[in-house]
Amino acid sequence: MNRCTAIMFVRLPCVPFTRFAKCLLVLMLVVARPSPADERIWAPIAKDGLRDPNGPAVKVLQQPADALTPLSPDTAGNQVRWVRALKEGQINPRASLRQPLVSEKYDKDVLLNLNGGMPVVRFPHSIHNEWLDCSNCHDHLFKKQRGASKISMFLILQGEQCGVCHGAVAFPLTECARCHSVKRTDAMAELEREEAAKALPSAAPLSPPAPTNERAPSPKKEGKGK
Amino acid sequence: MTRQRHPLVLVMAAILLEMFVIFAAPPALAEYADVVLNRVAEAAGMRPVIFPHWFHRIRFRCKVCHAELGFKMRAGANQIKMTDIIDGRFCGACHDGETAWSVENCDLCHSGKAGLPPGIFGGHETLGPGRW
Repeated sequence: MNRCTAIMFVRLPCVPFTRFAKCLLVLMLVVARPSPADERIWAPIAKDGLRDPNGPAVKVLQQPADALTPLSPDTAGNQVRWVRALKEGQINPRASLRQPLVSEKYDKDVLLNLNGGMPVVRFPHSIHNEWLDCSNCHDHLFKKQRGASKISMFLILQGEQCGVCHGAVAFPLTECARCHSVKRTDAMAELEREEAAKALPSAAPLSPPAPTNERAPSPKKEGKGK
Repeated sequence: MTRQRHPLVLVMAAILLEMFVIFAAPPALAEYADVVLNRVAEAAGMRPVIFPHWFHRIRFRCKVCHAELGFKMRAGANQIKMTDIIDGRFCGACHDGETAWSVENCDLCHSGKAGLPPGIFGGHETLGPGRW
């Protein structure tokens, strides 16, 4: 607040309505004040609007602030970067209860929305695979074959496809750029590099073994969902 | 006279606006992804169940419940009966008195206000599951 008070004592010689200008300046600084390190606020259990504040649960249950404050901050959803929290070991959620699920590992990134107006989407299988089993999405939400499922933002916004989780549990659909994150030219260059690597199989020893039918060669097949 | 306002008025206005920006607390909101289960609860004389996703995902990955235990991902797609839970299915897989509290602690899950509609709460809803 020091900046703001100091401004009131600065002489601005040739500006008309100086005092008004100063007040405006103060106001702008106040509104655009730097935010403190962590200003996340979670409603206590008793005031969440869902639980009966007179019931016994509100005295027993863990408060969101107690559990979520130590985790990587975010601006949306639970105000927690869940993936970062998982990767940095802030949380260590169990992967199975009784018998571990045996499912294939598939780590490939998929570039989507190649012909749309928004930046290209990079869908990371690896991150989703940390939380989810293949069967959670395949094949009822998305077919495994590339281009076989027409993905549409219209459906996503209605809670289908990605919207089954994003907008309900995973980070919400207000965070456009987290999915639409790749410049079109970069995406095309990346696809070209992949094509080149596929033409020379010895040049791509690092790529995970992908079933051959999962990547159709033509990126044009993946459109805007039409 | 009306054109030249006293500067104090402006300062007061600025302060008021600042107070509004700082103290205009958001309305009491459920935590993101809280689920209200009330398809059968209140009809059977119990309060709605509030399921906090945030609490459970700290401890379990999504696939534990949504693949291993058989909870469908789509909001509203699960018909969970108390008899299932007592038999060790769905919530009962953990809420058995060993991993988590047992079913005798009715009020800890059946903790919602009367009359809540089932669905996902906590803001950021699109037309999708949050509005189911």
